[in-house]
Amino acid sequence: MISLHGLTKVFPGGVRALDSLDLEIADGEFFALLGPSGCGKTTLLRTIAGLETPTSGTVTIGAADVTSLPPGRRDVAMVFQDYALFPHMDVTANISYPLRIKKVPRAEREARAAEVAARLGLAELLERRPGQLSGGQQQRVALARAIACHPAAFLFDEPLSNLDARMRLEARTFLKRLQRELAVTTVFVTHDQGEALAMADRVAVMSAGRIVQVGTPAEVFRRPSTTFVASFIGSTPMNLLPGVVRDGALRVAGGALPLPAGLADGEEVVYGLRPEYTDLSPSPRPDAFAGQVSVVENLGTSSLVTLEVTSPDGDHLVQAVVPEDDGPGRDAPAWPVAGGAAWAVPRHPRALVYRDGALVTA
Amino acid sequence: MSTDAAGLGRRRAVGFVLPALVLIGVFLVFPALWTVYLGLTDFRLTGLAAADPKMVGADNYTAALADERFHSSFWLTAQFVAGSAIAGQAGLGFAVAWALRDRPGPVKRAVEGVVLLAWILPSSVVAFLWLALLDRDQGTLNALLHTPGFAWLLDHPMPSIIAFNIWRGTAFSMMLYGAALASVPPSHLETARLAGASTFQQLRDVVFPHIRGHILTNLLLISLWTFNDFTTYQITAGGPEGRSEILPVYIYNVALSGGQLGFGAAVSFLVLLVNLVLALVYLRLLRERKGAVA
Amino acid sequence: MTARDLPARAGRPGDGRVRHSVAAIGRATFLAAVTGFFALPMLWLASAPFDAHPTITTSVPELTLANFRALLANPYLLSSLGNSVLQAAAGAVLVVTLAATAAYALSRVRIPGRDALLYLLLLLSSVVTGTAAMVPIFELATRLNLIDTHLGVVLTLSGGLLPAAIFILKDFMDGTPTSYEESARVFGARPLQILWHIVVPVIRPGLATIAVWTVASVWGSFLTPFILLRDPAKAPGAVILYTLYTEGGAPRLDLISAFSLLYSLPVVLMYLFVSRKYGFRFHGGIKR
Repeated sequence: MISLHGLTKVFPGGVRALDSLDLEIADGEFFALLGPSGCGKTTLLRTIAGLETPTSGTVTIGAADVTSLPPGRRDVAMVFQDYALFPHMDVTANISYPLRIKKVPRAEREARAAEVAARLGLAELLERRPGQLSGGQQQRVALARAIACHPAAFLFDEPLSNLDARMRLEARTFLKRLQRELAVTTVFVTHDQGEALAMADRVAVMSAGRIVQVGTPAEVFRRPSTTFVASFIGSTPMNLLPGVVRDGALRVAGGALPLPAGLADGEEVVYGLRPEYTDLSPSPRPDAFAGQVSVVENLGTSSLVTLEVTSPDGDHLVQAVVPEDDGPGRDAPAWPVAGGAAWAVPRHPRALVYRDGALVTA
Repeated sequence: MSTDAAGLGRRRAVGFVLPALVLIGVFLVFPALWTVYLGLTDFRLTGLAAADPKMVGADNYTAALADERFHSSFWLTAQFVAGSAIAGQAGLGFAVAWALRDRPGPVKRAVEGVVLLAWILPSSVVAFLWLALLDRDQGTLNALLHTPGFAWLLDHPMPSIIAFNIWRGTAFSMMLYGAALASVPPSHLETARLAGASTFQQLRDVVFPHIRGHILTNLLLISLWTFNDFTTYQITAGGPEGRSEILPVYIYNVALSGGQLGFGAAVSFLVLLVNLVLALVYLRLLRERKGAVA
Repeated sequence: MTARDLPARAGRPGDGRVRHSVAAIGRATFLAAVTGFFALPMLWLASAPFDAHPTITTSVPELTLANFRALLANPYLLSSLGNSVLQAAAGAVLVVTLAATAAYALSRVRIPGRDALLYLLLLLSSVVTGTAAMVPIFELATRLNLIDTHLGVVLTLSGGLLPAAIFILKDFMDGTPTSYEESARVFGARPLQILWHIVVPVIRPGLATIAVWTVASVWGSFLTPFILLRDPAKAPGAVILYTLYTEGGAPRLDLISAFSLLYSLPVVLMYLFVSRKYGFRFHGGIKR
């Protein structure tokens, strides 16, 4: 278990990278730190590793307070973004380096390195230097080196960012399966929400040195707690439209929508609706946004449709994901077509309402 | 606990830097300060003033600044630096690096090898080689050009030592520019070539802007080295009649041959100031580049 | 002709091809001229040592090894090579060790004003190692009892070479990612282990460059040993070379040529060895 209490890091020059941050990561959990660049996620990971000293606050790994321990005595292993494989050592020497530091005899550490390497499919490459390996192989060597020292926790800094797009998908699956098998607490940093949702058991979304929301991928995706998380999570950005409560209904972009509990008349809100939870109707409906189709993007099994919605309170763009089997014209000339009229219909249980940037919970 | 990469900590870091600083302090900074002090005295190699030097204030400096020989020496040094370092070593070094940038291995190795050899040979040996090359009666060059009795070192001392210093120092610039050219992304050159740029336009619009930092560093270092180079003493000793007496040779002739140590030290200090100005100009240009990028 | 060499403007292909071959001929001529210019002065070194009657003219030699045998007759010649080796090796060890530790600390630990300090030292070194400071250096060596010792020569030369060595190595270090060291640190390596296991091997090409540069500088230096050493039994080759005159004052060209070659060979061989083994990469001394 890793727990952080009141963690603050102020760099010389006054940049506040971490701002009294609290977090608990359970044993065996695969945990993602997600956020845009500069949000403090890498500083947080490095603080757990001991490479940065917090200005205040504590870091506990297992039962021990390690805040003042140097990195080598925290029993963690870290995989760096550039893998940091030592260029002058072959694969065996790289993997067994942590054991060399622990003064394990050469024969034993080489045997253990070979064992871990075989497990990660590196048996053929033991005598190569890092420069002679592909990006994917380098990543696996770095993982093997981390695994070889049997740490209490793994820390990965952007583990997939140095791979090309195709390798990245493979490595994602590989990494998740590996973590399942090893069942070792793992914290990884990423700026890619897709990676975080796909791999992690839980995700912490960070912004400006604070954690905005912690939850399972499903929670974070379905019920983002703030408009920041809402706009950051999801492969297609969430529709965020201004709305107002009037006459017992929520009035958003020309549509009159059912009023959720807890809102008073006259209150101004932001209405959040994922394109995936938006249906498209070819005929007028009162609880929908009327607009004109401006762009249709083919996503393979679905299409992303952008509507230009004109309403008394201003013009908005509303996006909807239309599955390929949906819509009236799946055999005929494709519908919707750009320039035609269409109505975007929210699936009400999935729609979210934010007041002052925070989710209104019923 | 420290925040540097290896966990060195401030105390150990100081311990790492200190031995080097002590050595530099004792054998470099201290003699330099001593030189400054000597420049203010009438210290001589022999005679009364050798035993008991007196402070003479700025006399040495005013004397040096009024000295015709200093003026002409300064002017010769400017020619020497501009001709052999800036135009010669940097120009030729760049041209060779550019001509070799995509040549096949053997050609490249052969040309680079012979240029480097001129740089590696010990300076005492090199001086003999050039004396043998340029000798009036039996020199290889006269034999080659069928110009027996042509006194290169007597009639054209400056061009001779300029050619010598180009020969001696081009290797450094060649290697540096070779590395710099390798850092120019090929796609930039290809873009320029697709747009129909000539070689000159490619150099001006793509290569030079990209390696500007390398060029300035190179010019700074070779200017300083050339400004303080003493090897030419072993070829012309500043002669004939002081026509190749660049500043280091002038200082040697005045201070060690002529015995006027105080005066020589004052001139040394003036040279140091000129070097400082030179370095500041280059550093300023270098910083402007960084400012422009940011 | 590959696609790359095709003229950029396809309008007049013949014109482009002519221009291309003119450029190729021009480039070959230029490279040949450069090679000639640099090789010409060295011809003497290749021919005279083996000539029975060497003059300063380069000529086809009357082949002999007698000149080298004559070297053995001079008691100081071979020992001077030993002195050169000793001074160069000691200088290289000293400069590489001190410059590497200092450059490492300066690169990794923030010290305000370090760049200005380095530039200042670099500037001083290029001025002071010349003739200017020879009198103070002589006085200093006298007071420290370093006259007529190898140590005095080594320390003086090292002091002059160190600023540039630190400057170049620091640049080299700055270009090396810190993640290597951090990674080792997370695995529990202590600072000295990190230095020895990781940093030294990673910057080995830089260390090799500095070592070669130091050896070549010490090997070729004349003025410092000339001033600080009086006993000819301790003098390095560069100084001994200038003693090879007849009693009448004429240069002994047979000895000078043979000794020059002998004296040049070690640095050339060292260069060839190191450049083959490590490859000279010019990271050093360059701000990007």
